[in-house]
Amino acid sequence: MNLTLKVWRQKNPSDKGGFKDYTLSGISSDMSFLEMLDVLNEDLSEKGDDPVHFDHDCREGICGMCSLYINGQPHGPTQTTTCQLHMRSFKDGDTITIEPWRASSFPIIKDLVVDRSSFDRIIQSGGYVSVNTGGVPDANEIPIPKIIADEAFDSATCIGCGACVAACKNASAMLFVSAKISQLALLPQGKVEKRGRAEKMVAQMDDEGFGACTNTGACSAECPKGIDLSNIARMNREYFAASLSTEEH
Amino acid sequence: MKLDSKIPNGPLAEKWTNHKFNVKLVNPANKRKYNIIVVGTGLAGASAAASLAELGYNVQAFCFQDSPRRAHSIAAQGGINAAKNYQNDGDSVYRLFYDTIKGGDYRSREGNVYRLAQVSVNIIDQCVAQGVPFAREYGGLLANRSFGGAQVSRTFYARGQTGQQLLLGAYSALSRQVANGKVKLYPRTEMMDVVTIDGKAKGIVTRNLITGAIESHSGDAVLLCTGGYGNVFFLSTNAMGSNVTAAWRAHKKGAYFSNPCYTQIHPTCIPVSGDHQSKLTLMSESLRNDGRVWVPKTIPTAEKLRKKEIAPKDIKDEDRDYYLETKYPSFGNLVPRDVASRNAKYVCDEGRGVNETGEAVFLDFRDAILRDGEDAVRGKYGNLFDMYEKITGENPYKTPMKIYPAVHYTMGGLWVDYNLMTNVPGLYALGEANFSDHGANRLGASALMQGLADGYFVIPYTLGDYLASHPNGKISVDHPEFKKCEDEVKAKVQQLLTINGNKTVDHFHKKLGKIMWNYCGMARNAAGLTKAKEMIKELKKEFWSDVKVLGTGEELNLSLEKAHRVADFLELGELMVVDALHREESCGGHFRDEHQTPEGEALRDDENFAYVAAWEFAGEGKEEVLNKEELVFENVKLTQRSYK
Amino acid sequence: MSWVSKTLNSTLGKKLIMALTGIFLILFLVVHLAGNLQLILPDDGKSFNVYAETMASNPLIRIVSILNFGFILLHAVYAAILTRHNKKSRPIGYAVSKASENSSWSSRSMGILGTLILIFLLVHLRGFWYELKFGEVPIVTYDGVSYKDTFAIVSAAYQNIFYVIFYVVSMGVLAFHLAHGFSSAFQTLGINHKKYTPFIKKLGLAFAIIVPALFALIPIIMFIQGS
Repeated sequence: MNLTLKVWRQKNPSDKGGFKDYTLSGISSDMSFLEMLDVLNEDLSEKGDDPVHFDHDCREGICGMCSLYINGQPHGPTQTTTCQLHMRSFKDGDTITIEPWRASSFPIIKDLVVDRSSFDRIIQSGGYVSVNTGGVPDANEIPIPKIIADEAFDSATCIGCGACVAACKNASAMLFVSAKISQLALLPQGKVEKRGRAEKMVAQMDDEGFGACTNTGACSAECPKGIDLSNIARMNREYFAASLSTEEH
Repeated sequence: MKLDSKIPNGPLAEKWTNHKFNVKLVNPANKRKYNIIVVGTGLAGASAAASLAELGYNVQAFCFQDSPRRAHSIAAQGGINAAKNYQNDGDSVYRLFYDTIKGGDYRSREGNVYRLAQVSVNIIDQCVAQGVPFAREYGGLLANRSFGGAQVSRTFYARGQTGQQLLLGAYSALSRQVANGKVKLYPRTEMMDVVTIDGKAKGIVTRNLITGAIESHSGDAVLLCTGGYGNVFFLSTNAMGSNVTAAWRAHKKGAYFSNPCYTQIHPTCIPVSGDHQSKLTLMSESLRNDGRVWVPKTIPTAEKLRKKEIAPKDIKDEDRDYYLETKYPSFGNLVPRDVASRNAKYVCDEGRGVNETGEAVFLDFRDAILRDGEDAVRGKYGNLFDMYEKITGENPYKTPMKIYPAVHYTMGGLWVDYNLMTNVPGLYALGEANFSDHGANRLGASALMQGLADGYFVIPYTLGDYLASHPNGKISVDHPEFKKCEDEVKAKVQQLLTINGNKTVDHFHKKLGKIMWNYCGMARNAAGLTKAKEMIKELKKEFWSDVKVLGTGEELNLSLEKAHRVADFLELGELMVVDALHREESCGGHFRDEHQTPEGEALRDDENFAYVAAWEFAGEGKEEVLNKEELVFENVKLTQRSYK
Repeated sequence: MSWVSKTLNSTLGKKLIMALTGIFLILFLVVHLAGNLQLILPDDGKSFNVYAETMASNPLIRIVSILNFGFILLHAVYAAILTRHNKKSRPIGYAVSKASENSSWSSRSMGILGTLILIFLLVHLRGFWYELKFGEVPIVTYDGVSYKDTFAIVSAAYQNIFYVIFYVVSMGVLAFHLAHGFSSAFQTLGINHKKYTPFIKKLGLAFAIIVPALFALIPIIMFIQGS
């Protein structure tokens, strides 16, 4: 198939950037979206033009490295990661607009590559159970109801890609933050620290400059792993309960 | 140089316990004076960095991804083995040890493997304490499954995303230490070289992938946790960024590279659909429990299939060749990975492949659906079928799946002793980056186990032994060795940027991949390997005179990053071929056409090849030197496997 | 910073204020509607006038009404603060956006809907509350007791077709605002449960349709009756 691509090109963080048009022909519908971009980049390289920079790694939908806002939706028209989006989702003659994630907390590095280290800093602020290696009880010491373990797992499947932030009209990171808070608040191992964790992670999220939640549900609808909005509600509960109950001023 | 594996004396079961007692300890107050460099943040790297920081060491952790959480350990699906015997089905540390040694076709060290089996139980405890949501039974206790043909259910899992959950556990422990100020993270940073001073590893030189800055970092020890090198084949189930550069540069600085030819090829992957393909996707091996593997009996029928003149369902049963069932009546479609892979290759080489590229066989669920009903099949494999349909656009309930083997894991890697230290003092290799525990073939659900064993439970003990006898001395990165190394790296960057040839980096990578796949893949022979060696040499020459790397060194530059990696793959590829050529036997992931039983099975030569090949870099353009570490088997009896 | 202001200044805290004030205003709508419905009782405004007088003189109601004004203000001010914050979180927007694929129009338009409601409120207050408080209001006498004839002011206002249209349109805006706001408030408060959330959502939708519809019905009926 033949395609027209409108791709955001930006040399570096301080460059103003803008869209550039490219035409591609002979694209197979079996290609993944990123393979289509590989073809574009091979073309550009052969012509001596700088290839389009984009993040990607595992190409099997689990590492969370790939991003891209494709035709007005994060990871494109299907609810999956960009690496798992295939060209059969498009038609011959389509124009595809490709933009980077847009959020002040995800500054652009180059072209479509953004800096998501704000997510790492949020996890560093409390997204863990404070246990050292060794000296832990036997794994079967604490039974966990299957239903709770499964719910925690659902929250834990977050791949940290940032599609929730990209999709949200407020560039809010609530779905990401709440997924981690939920996972650990549900499990007995994480419950011990749940109050402080909620406070610290929310504070870090705010410091990073992410927006607030309007409960539009766009994050969950676009999340490649289908993380549920109930996580955000749980985070709210945990946070308010923490505010009321912790003894720090 | 004589290779000393430093396996402790004494009975197998007491080696590790005794060793832990005998190693020297670093005084807690002194730990904070040591700087440890950890390269790679997968299961091995993240767990090592976190555990060492918890002990009090200062850690600097490096990864080329934008976050430590993205390391490719995350993609492991199946599970993690541990000899917990929660199922009361006869598992034990010894049985896990035995299965691993046997599965590795008797090409690994008894001492290492036994320790691996011993600490496997601690791993599960550790991960659960971190909040890893393993699958559970209704009673609230952990669930297990049997995996990869094991006779016992010892595999712990988190749906099909065990690697992800384990890595996020290790990443959270690592993040905690970052918050504590004990770990400094360097994401989007690629290791370019190891710096040795007086023969000891004292730091690394890195390239900041965003700014292009070449920087030095000094430390008292360097841990390479940089994964495997499957991407030498271009197409593999590895992540796009997975590379051998760190290990290879260490090799060129003196670290021996062991058994590079041992590669695991997984039989059930989604086939290549065209030249554009960038990576291969693995599908769970469990599919072979119900799917039947076949190709058409005749080449003309296969040709019609390839041209899409006929559909698979048009081919009558008598015209189908269920080759695994015919050849291996007792194991049928459930033969081990390497046997299934090799036979798929044979039928496709005969011209009976079933997709456009001619490199695919059918995995047919027709009979399972007829027998058990579509719902039953959906219940077992629903998510895999969905994944298959998403990628290929074909509905496997209606038409048979197409599968083909793909490179999955590399058992070879940097040579390490029992302490996980390479032959370069102070330089360690953990996880898939080392060669140590899987021998010639890795069992399913053992990669995660080894990565975490090395990081959580081995290195925290063994590193101290080295450090205690090497008083810390903060070496300035202004030391001439660092400067020299930086200059070499800068020169290499410059060299790549100035060749300004006509072919892209990917062009060379694809070509190398084809050579490796055709001659050093599922089945190898002397003639092919000799030819491959020349072809790679030729390709390497062409690369250094005709590669086109655009842009500058002072920015985010994907083609420059790739060029470095491919340059190293070219050199590694040659060594793999040399290793495969020298190993005149078949074992595990290494099958030599010349060495097979009359039934076509792998034929080991324990007399002459029960050793670890440790290759020593002898200088640019020179043949690598072979060093041997003889493998001693005191506890297990070497046997030949058979699947007839 | 005290823990109260720390909590309320977080993005979650600000949303909490929006939710709590929102829920109060939802309750207020019910009370207000109950009163207004008396406008269409066939008693020439007697019960409405009596009700209006009671409301104006009861000290408890006076406190509630002050609270009500305060909450409306808080709701609006925090909406403005949040909007500004959210704009800062994405200074550069997308060239192409298909938000309709992942969220409802009303959920994305709470700001503009709220602003329209605020305009309506100002007009509404000027037309009735201000008139009653500071304007000249005719007096009626029931059973020997004199009352302000609030009914007369309302029915006079609803003879203006433009005013009726404005009123009806504004109720439409309110309906959309409530369609998202009602259930959203519960989500913000952390009330989300597989069993109850579907019910809350349905209730919210029903509320968003019925309450503004009844509000809108009153001027329409009174307009028709008057002409």
